[in-house]
Amino acid sequence: MSDTLLEIKDLKVHFPIRNDSLFGGVENYVKAVDGVSFHIEKGETLGLVGESGSGKTTIGRSILRAIEPTGGKVTFNVDDESIDLSQLSDKEMRKFRKHLQLIFQDPYSSLNPRMTVRDIIAEPLVAQKLAKGKEVDERVQEAAALCKLNVEFLRRFPHAFSGGQRQRIGIARALVSNPQFIVCDESVSALDVSIQAEILNLLMDLQEKLGFTYLFIAHDLSVVAHISKRVAVMYLGQFVELAPTKSLFHAPKHPYTEALMSAIPEVNPDIAMTPVELKGEIPSPINPPSGCRFHTRCTYTQDICKIKEPVWKEVEPGHFASCHFVDTLNLQGVEMSSPAKSPLTGKN
Amino acid sequence: MEQSKKSTQDNLLEVKNLKISFKTDEGIVTAVDGIDFSVRQGQTLGIVGESGSGKSVSTWSIMRLLPKNSIIDENSSIQFQRKSGKTVEITKLKTKSKELREIRGGEVALIFQEPMSSFSPVYTIGNQIMEAVLQHRDVTDQEAEEIAVDMLDRVGISNPRQRFKQYPFELSGGMRQRAMIAVALSMNPSLLIADEPTTSLDVTIQAQILELMNELQKDLGMSIIFITHNLGVIAQVADEIEVMYLGKILERGTTKEIINQPKHPYTKALIKAIPRLDHLGERLTAIQGDIPSPLSRPVGCPFYTRCDDVISGVCDVKMPEPTHLSDTHTVYCFLHEEKDV
Repeated sequence: MSDTLLEIKDLKVHFPIRNDSLFGGVENYVKAVDGVSFHIEKGETLGLVGESGSGKTTIGRSILRAIEPTGGKVTFNVDDESIDLSQLSDKEMRKFRKHLQLIFQDPYSSLNPRMTVRDIIAEPLVAQKLAKGKEVDERVQEAAALCKLNVEFLRRFPHAFSGGQRQRIGIARALVSNPQFIVCDESVSALDVSIQAEILNLLMDLQEKLGFTYLFIAHDLSVVAHISKRVAVMYLGQFVELAPTKSLFHAPKHPYTEALMSAIPEVNPDIAMTPVELKGEIPSPINPPSGCRFHTRCTYTQDICKIKEPVWKEVEPGHFASCHFVDTLNLQGVEMSSPAKSPLTGKN
Repeated sequence: MEQSKKSTQDNLLEVKNLKISFKTDEGIVTAVDGIDFSVRQGQTLGIVGESGSGKSVSTWSIMRLLPKNSIIDENSSIQFQRKSGKTVEITKLKTKSKELREIRGGEVALIFQEPMSSFSPVYTIGNQIMEAVLQHRDVTDQEAEEIAVDMLDRVGISNPRQRFKQYPFELSGGMRQRAMIAVALSMNPSLLIADEPTTSLDVTIQAQILELMNELQKDLGMSIIFITHNLGVIAQVADEIEVMYLGKILERGTTKEIINQPKHPYTKALIKAIPRLDHLGERLTAIQGDIPSPLSRPVGCPFYTRCDDVISGVCDVKMPEPTHLSDTHTVYCFLHEEKDV
């Protein structure tokens, strides 16, 4: 496919657990990501949700090879070329990194307090030797302008800025090298709602203007739903469902997705929350449960779930899920009231 | 949620004209600027606002937990009704007095946002609950242990006896937050201050914790002050909501009034800024600009610098007087003032 930017096949990231002996023999593995396949189209936003410990961040970082994947293939299509990122040497990877960027969660710890804003934004250009002399300043100013940062700000240090401004500095740094693909790892989670709205709008505007492709990782489902075209749901290192946003939220096919949806606090006080109960906590990824990994917490568990691993299949065009009862279960999605009924629109 | 009766006898806590400032190197910073609020017996008051709005400072002052450089204005009053039925003026208590120590933890309890850092890493969970119990109740170590185990069980922690002996790092985030609630509730407080208790948790765990707090409130009949910036959470737990901005209350009302009929431009803007599942794909309305620094507070209505409906020459001159739209709904905004007459 020509419009696919990134194709991920059977991605695995296993972290070894070493024992206490002097030579630290490997006892076991934490299977943070265990066989995940998906693709991302050019210019789209793929949302990735799941509880903490499900491996969301590890996926994002292993695509960028900030964490080395243990297995699988990551194919990146750029300039009519298909490149397998997992096969690149460190040196080749370094060159390639200008196409890939990451926006972090915490705008307070992701900016070096000793560097001026100009130096922070210029860092990718300098490190990759993408520009020299005057050109660096020009590109920094251009990036800053795109992120609505005042030129005055460039001489200052990060401590002088609020959370929202810092996050905009982080975004400017990510886009200065003119990347194709940006991983946003909980990029708005630490911000207040009003600032969050501003950053989400900015990310969407930039996508429209510059054609970025995002992998948007967050635990806040409504934020993910807002920005993403398609959403993937992750549980214990594997995808359980992947679908276009509306169909995932309206008509989930996996019981875990249903449970997640039902836990979103409803802003309308007239609608009481009725969360589907998830028993216990997410199991350890060292020894994931047999069969379907979700069976220990699922309300619909049957015997087969404990023994056989469900297959990842396309239920409807573009809607994937892995559950034995995908065709028989009638799961509840989020009710989408018509905008006219909502008390919050059209009123001033 | 019937709240027709409005006698002051029901009020567990009554705060009047609370003003708190901090002495800093750059000068005196006013964090809370003359606010009034009250909490009724058995009810939940929600406080929403962005960071820096004074939510935490105003409630922590109820336990006098503010840093040394803080100044509570002498005209401020915090009246708290003790379990004995006596009403005390908290601002007049000495910070090391016996009475204040009894109230802290014993009658007013606090749950923090960060379950990771609110426990000491070097003591077991059980030890830390026992410590609180021994401080406030006249019991033996044995009895304190029983109370602690019972409390862990009550907040839904499986294997409470085993968890009792574990260290905080051995528990997950959700577990730790439950343990935190167990510490807070083991003294059966009449007021629980929950300062962003679910902000760092996953939605599924958050839903469990909110349900747990609801249940425990019903069982124990305590009042809760719930601080959060998540309007979805507050809509689900609070009976009344107060919207704070830069140390002032801008609007106050029942949950339905605030969420369904917000009147203050700031409240409206906050609600519009939340991404909602029933309005996918619509552009969010961000509030322009940032919260002004408390060092240079705007004169007049604190929100006028970011307000779309600002009336120049009015909003930037003086703070609007309260306008009572109903028995419970009050707004501080010039746009609504004329309707008062």
